Amino acid sequence: MADINITSLGKVFAGTPALQDITTRFEDGEFIALLGPSGCGKTTLLRLLAGFDMPSSGTIRIGARDVATATNMVPPEERNIGFVFQSYALWPHMSVRRNVSYPLEIRKLTKPEIAAQTDAALAATGLTEYADRMPSDLSGGQRQRVALARCLVSAPDAVLLDEPLANLDVALRASMQAVFTDFHKRTGATMVYVTHDQAEAMAMADRIAVMNQGLIQQFDTPQTLYERPKNRFVAEFVGRGTVVPVKAVEQGENQLHAHVLGARIAVESEAQSQVSHVCLRPENLAISETGDLRAKVARVTYLGGKYLLETVSSCGTRLLAETRAKFDVGAQLGLTITTPWAFSED
Amino acid sequence: MQSALQKGGSRSESRLLSVILILALCLTLAPVLRLFIEGVTDQGVPSLSLAKSVLAQGSTLNALKHSLITAGLGTLVSVVLGAAFAFLVALTDLRAKAALVFCLMIPMMIPPQITALSWTQIMGPSSVLLKTLGIAPPLGAPQPLYSPEGIILLLGIQHMSIIFLTLRAGLRAIPQEVVEAARISGARGFRTWWQVVMPLTLPSLAAGTAITFVTALGNFGIPAMLGIPAGYVTLPTLVYQKLAGMGTTVLAEVSVLAMLIGAVAIVGILLQRFFQGRQNVYLVGSTSRPLAIPLGSARLPVEILLWAVVFVILVLPMFGLLATSLVPAYGVPLRFDTMTFVSWGEVLFRQPVTARAFANSFSLALGAAVVLMIICLPLAWLMERHPTRLSRLFDSLLDLPYALPGVVLSIAMILLLIKLPFTDATLYGTIWIIFLAYLARFFAVMFRPVQASLKQLDPAMAEAAQSVGAGLFQRLRDVILPLSAPAAAAGAILVFLTAFNELTVSALLWSSGTETLGVVIFNLDDSGETAMASALAMTIVFVVMALMTLIQLFSRRFPKGVVPWQT
Repeated sequence: MADINITSLGKVFAGTPALQDITTRFEDGEFIALLGPSGCGKTTLLRLLAGFDMPSSGTIRIGARDVATATNMVPPEERNIGFVFQSYALWPHMSVRRNVSYPLEIRKLTKPEIAAQTDAALAATGLTEYADRMPSDLSGGQRQRVALARCLVSAPDAVLLDEPLANLDVALRASMQAVFTDFHKRTGATMVYVTHDQAEAMAMADRIAVMNQGLIQQFDTPQTLYERPKNRFVAEFVGRGTVVPVKAVEQGENQLHAHVLGARIAVESEAQSQVSHVCLRPENLAISETGDLRAKVARVTYLGGKYLLETVSSCGTRLLAETRAKFDVGAQLGLTITTPWAFSED
Repeated sequence: MQSALQKGGSRSESRLLSVILILALCLTLAPVLRLFIEGVTDQGVPSLSLAKSVLAQGSTLNALKHSLITAGLGTLVSVVLGAAFAFLVALTDLRAKAALVFCLMIPMMIPPQITALSWTQIMGPSSVLLKTLGIAPPLGAPQPLYSPEGIILLLGIQHMSIIFLTLRAGLRAIPQEVVEAARISGARGFRTWWQVVMPLTLPSLAAGTAITFVTALGNFGIPAMLGIPAGYVTLPTLVYQKLAGMGTTVLAEVSVLAMLIGAVAIVGILLQRFFQGRQNVYLVGSTSRPLAIPLGSARLPVEILLWAVVFVILVLPMFGLLATSLVPAYGVPLRFDTMTFVSWGEVLFRQPVTARAFANSFSLALGAAVVLMIICLPLAWLMERHPTRLSRLFDSLLDLPYALPGVVLSIAMILLLIKLPFTDATLYGTIWIIFLAYLARFFAVMFRPVQASLKQLDPAMAEAAQSVGAGLFQRLRDVILPLSAPAAAAGAILVFLTAFNELTVSALLWSSGTETLGVVIFNLDDSGETAMASALAMTIVFVVMALMTLIQLFSRRFPKGVVPWQT
């Protein structure tokens, strides 16, 4: 078990920067998700932590040991980390048991120790009855559990997971999320989980680092990310919503007011008077005839139990609202905005 | 070094790569480089005077002319035969395609001197088969194959598989939709083929033609067996005659000849690379379903015709060989009362030369297969993981010792090893020079299948082992070796097969005691022991077929691109 400290970490691939000056800290025992669109650098960061790639600049410290500095680089096989691959990377020529016991063979444990620890890892992942099968005879979810057992068996300092659920179907994904959460609770291992699926990150992670263009845009708990985004990218990438510019700001005694879409509304913010944009999520919009602004329904999507309305306001901005009642495309309605989150973006 | 580190982050990997890469470079490219230096220097001084005088000789120009004629027209025969088979097998709904493909591969795998020997047994006045059937030409009539036409015909048959394979691979890359779109637009049978299929396959046909020409140019067995009796000399046989007649005193002179063959061959190789590169342009779209244009009522006649051709070019010569091997003396007709296994017994169990040749060829082939496997497996994996500038250069040049005519490599090997640097020792005349030449020549035969299988291997396989603590040698032993074992096995069998049959290299490098099987068949035939030569040739054909069947049986377990005749 160990915390991870990253200082000024950068990585350049063939002249193109993939990671720029990342400085952050993952606490011991935390479940961290690295979230972002493809090409944002999240997998690069994970592979640098594992040691598969060498950083162009900066340092990585796992526990009390510097694993990558400007002068020294500890190879992956000496880092004592676990890695779960998107493709599972089970060795097809070894049985499930041998796949799981291989890390212990490398560590030159005695035969009874290997057998005992392997059995424990297989039992913890519910694989005992599949121990003698070959990986090709397993389903996708079972393969993923073998990969998990393989990295759990050697008690790694940290477990790194590279989009481990991307190859599974939706139903299996939900049940595997539970497996990962349980695994994290039981072992208390520091886990770093790369995904492009925000629902997955929200469901499992203690903290999420939202990445874009090689930079961490915001690193916070799922609730904070959703309710108090720091910038336009995070506001638009996490959750549904529309980012709208602010015309003017009034600082009241204990309430900030902003002029948005021609209406004066109360907003919440950290930045006080410097706010430049607000994030309008469906929860911030209520349908009422006496609303702050008028809008026309452009598209209706049934979500099950409720409808998502895509509306166009009189000044041309697209706004998303949720309702239990059905509206027809083209219907006119009024929208009331209730205390949205405002932030400053340059 | 720095870039390699950036990629994999393992110092031990880049160090091992450098070591093996330098070893492989010395093995494969040093001889070629040494030959080049010899050709452009005279006693250590850069000079082209020797080259000029050798190239001005009448015998050189004559042999060059003969080589170009036989290789050129032989290639034409290959193109006609190979392309006809490739189009019919790849595009239509013929039955038993797998069997047909397997049979078409056999000519490529049978050594050329055996092809030549077997064909002379079904033609000419002393053919046992023709005598038995009572249709032999009168005694004294010439052997029709001892002529340029004979050489052209047999070169054409020997190398038709190359055209067949490259063209079939190109045809299989054409998406079915392309042909379907042509048909829906109203194009019929021949028009579809001429206006859609043909233009798309031209690059692969051109590439196949170029490499067939290079192979035919370097062929030694066929012009030696058919051309020497007729006094028709090509460049490889000219080199052989000079070296056999006058020994190493003419080394400088034959080096120039070897460079001349090499120069013509390199033009061919460059042409092949050029067309191969253009071929990829068409590799778009789905190719999941192979083309199967229905032949309708023409299917049975076409099938009969194709199998008849296979019978004539493959089965009939083998019958001739078998018949000759079973008569007590050359010229006696084969009947039940004259049939005997005396030649078989003599050649397999009594002749010390053949026993020695079996032992030599077997240990050379096995040794080459094992050593090349040990070198190629880690090298292919490390080159895949750490592409450096040197490794990319090596990748583009490593086919050279195999693609260049065997005569060129043999002369290069003699030059390199006749006097070892810093000593008076020589490897010329020992079995080691043949062994090193085999390592250089068959490097690509081993390397390419292993490389093909490792390219398809998920890099995460090795990274997973690395993340759980496995060091470089543990990763190689526990993950890379088992996963690429099928490809390595196929490569090893192919190396064994080609080395076991090899004649061109050993014909120039053998001496008493280090004969190979190819040399012994050639010598037996040369000294008139045709029945014994036939019995030995038949044995080798059986070994070849058995090994090919072995590969075929396991072919489903090999990754794509490993078995050369399964593209």
